[in-house]
Amino acid sequence: MKGKALTLLLVEDNEDHAEIVRRSFRSHQVANTVHFVTDGEIALDYLLRRAEYSDPKKSPRPDVILLDLRLPKVDGLDVLKEIKQNEELHRIPVVILTSSDEEHDVATAYDFHANSYVVKPLDFKKFTDLMRDLGFYWLGWNTKPFVQETID
Amino acid sequence: MILLIEDNEDHAEIVMRSFKAHQTAPPIHHVTDGETALDYLLRRGNYSDPDRSPRPSLILLDLRLPKVDGLEVLKEIKQTNELRGIPVVILTSSQAGNDVKMACDYHANSYVVKPLEFDKFTDLIRDLGSYWLGWNVNPSVQETSSS
Repeated sequence: MKGKALTLLLVEDNEDHAEIVRRSFRSHQVANTVHFVTDGEIALDYLLRRAEYSDPKKSPRPDVILLDLRLPKVDGLDVLKEIKQNEELHRIPVVILTSSDEEHDVATAYDFHANSYVVKPLDFKKFTDLMRDLGFYWLGWNTKPFVQETID
Repeated sequence: MILLIEDNEDHAEIVMRSFKAHQTAPPIHHVTDGETALDYLLRRGNYSDPDRSPRPSLILLDLRLPKVDGLEVLKEIKQTNELRGIPVVILTSSQAGNDVKMACDYHANSYVVKPLEFDKFTDLIRDLGSYWLGWNVNPSVQETSSS
């Protein structure tokens, strides 16, 4: 964890929630960089390196993706499906971070190979505790495969 | 409960003691080879009675196992309808790039390398337990059991 430049991609359309996530990661000093996008289409632009993100330097591969489900333009489950079907992206851990505890959402997320599914707590303190634990676990303990990047 | 699939008795001991040391001490069922793990999960052999093989809410899986290798066990779990929703955390000494890749390809939920130091190992088990059993939501399973 220490000394590694770790990148997190946060896909979240709720600005307040995004702020809590970013602040928590800053205060726990877990991730060096949090990239934040607010809809499913920009998330895919970032990950697939299209449009404004076609320069790989503007879109470094994240070490973990936090993905909300109800997103504008492209829904979270479709983003998840795209990630897990993509040769270069499918090994990146995707943690669904959502207000939904609907059984259908949970089941579908796992069917599409989400690594984990977490429901956002309503309580602010609990939310920050979650972010701390989530950060330490996915960026600290979990091992991601090394990806050979072809950057020209 | 947790299913621990680990052939190294010392490591298994550390895992079980670490869980016991923390307030939330879930029941742990420990098996020492891949074939017994599959017997348990698929409810065959000694485990054909579902009361003897309750569904775990978390599987900790080592890779180098006797009889059936860990990656094969993982593959079987993630291809079986009643089992694929159970989070599988690979807990192994191997840092081999190929093992990590294959585990991801077979849809392991997470891959963790066992720390060498005892204190770190217990910290890992604490964090692992509170994340997977505390925060993570599992899908409900449609069980077809005749009872």
